Amino acid sequence: MSYLEYNVKTVPSGLRKVLYLNWSLVLLLIAVASVGFLMLFSVAGGKMDPWAMAQMKRFALGMFLMFVIAMVPIWFWRNMAGLGYLISLVLLVLVEVIGSVGMGAQRWIDLGFMRLQPSELMKITLVMMLAAYYDWLDIKKVSRPLWVLIPVILIMLPTFLVLRQPDLGTSILLVTGGGVIMFLAGVSLWYFGAVIASGVGLVASVFMSRGTEWQLLKNYQYRRIDTFLDPSSDPLGAGYHITQSKIALGSGGWTGRGFMQGTQSRLNFLPEKHTDFIFTTLAEEFGFLGGASLLTLYVLILIFCAVSAFQNKDRFSSLLILGISVTFFLFFAVNMSMVMGLAPVVGVPLPMVSYGGSAMLILLVGFGLVQSAHVHRARQK
Amino acid sequence: MKRSPQDTDASARKITRRGLFLGGLQVSFAAMLVGRMRYMQVEQADEYRDLAEENRVKFSLLPPARGLIYDRNGVLIAGNEQNYRIVIVREDADDPEAVLNRLRKIVWIDDAEVKRILDEMRRRSPFVPVTVADRVAWEDVAEVAVNAPALPGITAEVGLSRSYPRADDFAHVIGYVGPVSDYDLSKLEDPDPLLQIPRFQIGKSGVEAKMELDLRGSAGTREVEVNAVGREMRELDREEGRAGDNIQLTVDADLQAYVQARLAGESAAAVVMDTQTGDVLAIGSAPTFDPNKFVRGISSKDYSGLLNDKYRPLAAKPAQGTYPPGSTFKMVTALAALEEGVIEPGESIKCWGHVEVHKRRFHCWKRGGHGPVDLAKSLRESCDIYYYDIAQRVGIEKIAAMARKLGLGERHDLPLSAIAQGLIPTKAWKREQRGADWVIGDSLNAGIGQGFVLASPLQLTVMTARLATGQAISPRLVRSVNGVETPVRNDGPLQIGTSNLNAIREGMYEVVNARRGTAGRSKIVGDDLRMAGKTGTSQVRNITAAERARGVFRNEDLPWERRDHALFVCYAPHDNPRYAVTVVVEHGGGGSTAAAPIARDVMLQAFYKGKPPLEAYPANQRGTIQTRQRDIEEMLDMPHDERVKAAEGRA
Repeated sequence: MSYLEYNVKTVPSGLRKVLYLNWSLVLLLIAVASVGFLMLFSVAGGKMDPWAMAQMKRFALGMFLMFVIAMVPIWFWRNMAGLGYLISLVLLVLVEVIGSVGMGAQRWIDLGFMRLQPSELMKITLVMMLAAYYDWLDIKKVSRPLWVLIPVILIMLPTFLVLRQPDLGTSILLVTGGGVIMFLAGVSLWYFGAVIASGVGLVASVFMSRGTEWQLLKNYQYRRIDTFLDPSSDPLGAGYHITQSKIALGSGGWTGRGFMQGTQSRLNFLPEKHTDFIFTTLAEEFGFLGGASLLTLYVLILIFCAVSAFQNKDRFSSLLILGISVTFFLFFAVNMSMVMGLAPVVGVPLPMVSYGGSAMLILLVGFGLVQSAHVHRARQK
Repeated sequence: MKRSPQDTDASARKITRRGLFLGGLQVSFAAMLVGRMRYMQVEQADEYRDLAEENRVKFSLLPPARGLIYDRNGVLIAGNEQNYRIVIVREDADDPEAVLNRLRKIVWIDDAEVKRILDEMRRRSPFVPVTVADRVAWEDVAEVAVNAPALPGITAEVGLSRSYPRADDFAHVIGYVGPVSDYDLSKLEDPDPLLQIPRFQIGKSGVEAKMELDLRGSAGTREVEVNAVGREMRELDREEGRAGDNIQLTVDADLQAYVQARLAGESAAAVVMDTQTGDVLAIGSAPTFDPNKFVRGISSKDYSGLLNDKYRPLAAKPAQGTYPPGSTFKMVTALAALEEGVIEPGESIKCWGHVEVHKRRFHCWKRGGHGPVDLAKSLRESCDIYYYDIAQRVGIEKIAAMARKLGLGERHDLPLSAIAQGLIPTKAWKREQRGADWVIGDSLNAGIGQGFVLASPLQLTVMTARLATGQAISPRLVRSVNGVETPVRNDGPLQIGTSNLNAIREGMYEVVNARRGTAGRSKIVGDDLRMAGKTGTSQVRNITAAERARGVFRNEDLPWERRDHALFVCYAPHDNPRYAVTVVVEHGGGGSTAAAPIARDVMLQAFYKGKPPLEAYPANQRGTIQTRQRDIEEMLDMPHDERVKAAEGRA
């Protein structure tokens, strides 16, 4: 069934839509965000400023955006996919040209009232674009080389721009997120086999190119990989982050050292304790139980999304919901692997918990789309 | 686009199938994360907890107060004085340079120092206090405190540093402390963490060095929580250290001060010992120096001045210096001969002024000779010929054994730097050390305390005390440590015939009290306080036959360093000995003129515990004595640094 075949009467209309929202998902998001507020309150030494209060305001804004997006029918968003993708792409090019320099990389466009990070926007619009593409594409053509090449280009264009910024974390998220949608849409597994094989080849060439004129990554990225592989090689320099993060996490034990009792974060041994490394504060203060609880909330969000996607007979909606939930998954999977010393430090925030505006807003926008798809799904008569 | 229902179903099935697979992957990954978390937080928790504690907790040592040193009457000799230090904290001083400039109007800081302070502040974290000035006078500290509002970031800290209120009186006894050096660390196998504290002070010489472990005490610890940049957040625990043990010496500070003043101007040593307990009541060495200068950091000019002084102020002469004992050794030779029965006290030997042995001529100091000489006369008039004779009869081995019995050639165990062993030669020693056979001339020279024989003033004092009491008494410098009394060391009777000892004592009595005694001019008047002693004049040069033919040079005609050493050993009262005194004046000339008067003054001072009455001196000397007493009193009233100049003036 495509939305054209909807029995429009079965789709709730007007304010009644609010009743048909996926409220479990809303409550889970509030729960996760609350964990974030608590931790931001703790790392500020028991104060609402400077982080917790600002984060709450952003969350309120994000929730509002989510509801607004959820009210708008999903077919409208489907029609917007191409435009959204194009705008994101243009903005990415713009940061190349006029972007202001922050954190050693060009990532923002200063809009005056906020800093817009087009790479964040792209995480959602790419998912929308690919979902719309596969909704449009005849299912029989999905695995034909030409029709595989198009989405690959759609993915590689923004990835290339983001990599130039350079932002390794987002590049990984884009490629993986995009690849997952292709996988879900039914692209032949042979392609994925080939990609994995060439991926191994790429990793090899990344390492082999090091020190030569055509080296593929920046020196600092190589150093991050080095310190990831052996954090003790540079305990006060680049390895400091990983080492201190592992100490904080490990010292939490079963139940943690108690709310606001984490010495690693309270005494500033933890770097970026309110942003990328906030999970270590949680793990230090609430221990294994705290960390595992947050992870459970995340997994519940994934499960609710999956259930919603499988219920939905609309191809665009299913792919969109799963795409966004995978993006969400990638956020916390990469972030947690990073703080546990399983992945190099790539600068991916913990979704809905880390302090920071763009990432949270974008994710709530994404969940707004998920809600819209959920509310406007076709229902059996 | 429009799709057939079949297509739609197929699409949905595929998405669900692949979606479930993907969900499986995601859940497995999450499970892996949980596993990793469990491994780190449960299995490895203790390890990481330790690392976190290591991060957070810093230990610092609290240096203990160093033990105090008192004299036998409780007078403080080495103490800890409060030492004010001005420090600046960068983060509290808005503009460190301006603050320093304002501070310079109160406390003197030179330009180079200002540069060092600013450099150090830039290098250190902003909350670390940097020392601006050390040993600041209390008045300046008070003024800094008053001006505090204009001097943000400036505070005065108080610490303890060693001070010696008796200054140079005890330089050679107490020694001094100084910061631990790398050399000290390499030499000491002392794991005490206190030594790692920069500029921690340890004893460098004398009692301070030898009793370092008693004086040091043990460190306290302070546990503080620090943040990532090392700033102290709060104190977690504090355990005070144990202060060092207080030490009481046997020395009498007033007598010591008198001895130093009396010796001033000479290069000399004097030792006063209690004959009953072995307590060293005074152990003077002149010239001396102010150990406080070493603690504060002596200037290179002052230091080279001390090093180049020909009177060697840095040498601790009483225990470290060794001298040919000269005639003060004659008691040893005589006792050895008496004990061996090779001579009787009443037996006379003729002195013609010289004697020929193996074609070599040995001279008596008295050219014309003494005529017939018995034991008493040999001591009284210090005849050399008598001793040449009995030394030949008894032989060097017996003499050496007696010398050892009396405490010569032995390193007495006192907590002083570089205690000399001296030298009592034997045939075996000469063979071993000189690779030559003992010849009879060696025995003759040794018999009168010349030749190879060397003894320190301390050893001569022990010898005198043993002769006086007949007991094998050993010297004691430390009376008690932390209130626990150090035992007196007396190894019991010397196993020397009483009649022989009495014969020697009679001779020593006559040296001072008989009409022709060599120290007759230094006798003490008063029946209950008669002194017995022996003079010594030890040659430091060879007198050639030519010189002897022409007439031996008088000391006054020789350069200082070629003059004879003047020695005098004595004890008193002669019938109930309480004190033994030795005085050695380097290159002082004759023992009777240079050493004996000093010894008498010191002896009287010890007896009267202060200035003796003039009646203790022979009537015809009282005028000079009175003048000297006044001089010394004046000198003792002066600050220490002026005494040196006064002493130079007097000399």
